[in-house]
Amino acid sequence: MQNQSQTAKVPGRVLIVIFVAIILSLTAIMLATIIIDVYPDIAWILLIFGAIGAIMSGYTLLQLRQRVLRTKIETPPITTTLECKACGTKSVREFQRGDYIFKEGEPCQKCKGKTLITAIYREVKEKDKELFPF
Amino acid sequence: MQFPTDIQTILSMLFYVVFAIFLFYGQRIQMYIMIREVQGSLYRLKYIRDEGRKITIETIKEIGKPQVDPTARVDRFLEYFTISPQNLDPAGVVWKLEHILDVRDTRLKDEVKTMAPAADETQANNLENTLEAGMALNYIYKVIRHFYLLGKKTLSLYVIMQIQMILPLVMREAEAYASALKAFAYGQPIGDGAGALVAAKLTYGYEKRKIAKDCVVATVPIEGRTAFVIKAEGPGGNVGKPGDAIKTVIDENEGKIASVIMIDAAMKLEGEPVGEVSEGIGAAIGGPGVDQFKIEESLVKYRIPINAVIIKEDVGDAVSPMRKEIFDSVDKAIERIKQVALERTKEGDKIVIAGIGNTIGIGQ
Repeated sequence: MQNQSQTAKVPGRVLIVIFVAIILSLTAIMLATIIIDVYPDIAWILLIFGAIGAIMSGYTLLQLRQRVLRTKIETPPITTTLECKACGTKSVREFQRGDYIFKEGEPCQKCKGKTLITAIYREVKEKDKELFPF
Repeated sequence: MQFPTDIQTILSMLFYVVFAIFLFYGQRIQMYIMIREVQGSLYRLKYIRDEGRKITIETIKEIGKPQVDPTARVDRFLEYFTISPQNLDPAGVVWKLEHILDVRDTRLKDEVKTMAPAADETQANNLENTLEAGMALNYIYKVIRHFYLLGKKTLSLYVIMQIQMILPLVMREAEAYASALKAFAYGQPIGDGAGALVAAKLTYGYEKRKIAKDCVVATVPIEGRTAFVIKAEGPGGNVGKPGDAIKTVIDENEGKIASVIMIDAAMKLEGEPVGEVSEGIGAAIGGPGVDQFKIEESLVKYRIPINAVIIKEDVGDAVSPMRKEIFDSVDKAIERIKQVALERTKEGDKIVIAGIGNTIGIGQ
């Protein structure tokens, strides 16, 4: 098994093909605007094909970009809550390796008393939910 | 013959050409689209699998301080398999399965010890879980790749179609394992540990004793009842053997147990909120079924009623770091347990409360 980091990348030749298609489509559209008065029928054909080509290559490019974005693994922030046994003060900090629930934490910042890790969790920010009738 | 320059003629010709292409090659085009879709997911699966492998190796090097590079051993480990016992004659298959799982567990632990000699017991358990998540990712990737290549080789729409149809669910599972991998590597509590957290909260401050392999029990007074609260021994990644633990407690009390209450994380249906607490009847425990079998055997022997309290979450939440909603629902589950104890048992009764789940990142 080899570690192949290029799995997340888009092959160069695919990008070249897409860019060539975009250039050709734009050229067709430009040519159409130049000859529209002299050869209107040919100009319309060029315009239609140029527009279809530009839309399709643009869409493919967008899809490839999304694929690269999707390839990342998200690491949500994890918070650790410490509670002082003496004064009851709660403090929240980022999770550190070795933390576990009911482990004694660092001394309390207020009274220097013993603290206890009482919670470790991640908060998920839900996207604006649609009004769902069911 | 003159080339038609009339736009309508050209468009109608184009329409007939497209129609003919789709008439004869429609299915093939559809198949190529499906193959491309599977290929895209396969890229992502490969990335996730490689990342998983990288995280595993890095964690072993960081925690285990091995003398030699563990890469080759990890790669060998990722290809590990377990053959389930023959069930043509189902009598006794549970014990055979238990034996196979015990051997597997011992083997994994030995491998981890060899790979990471400096790791303590908690870290070794976490590493074992990390490796198992890596194994799962490797297996998912290989199965999808198998069907993708088979579909390309045979050009069969039906081979590709069956994998393309389940792909969204497979991807969800793979992404869940990817986040599980990081949680295991860092020793963070996961959603599946909701049951263990309930038991940990109930037993905090009370004396615990070892009751079965990787399981502890504490005697806790709850609403005038004596509760034997069982959980897997944390904070390392561990599910313990709750089947044996419950059986031992019941036997120690000669079957004089008024009720067994089990708490576990359970799969929610789409539309249900994460962390919803529900109550029901039966042994709330997942896994291969060995522990559920043992619990049910013990209950039937003494005719003990069994109640279950579940905390709902989806597959992604179950193996990724615990969500706040799940953490908050633990207190609600404790309230529900007390309510069940009040309603279903009498004062002075003995009850068993078993918090089921992976206790990673949860002490006692």
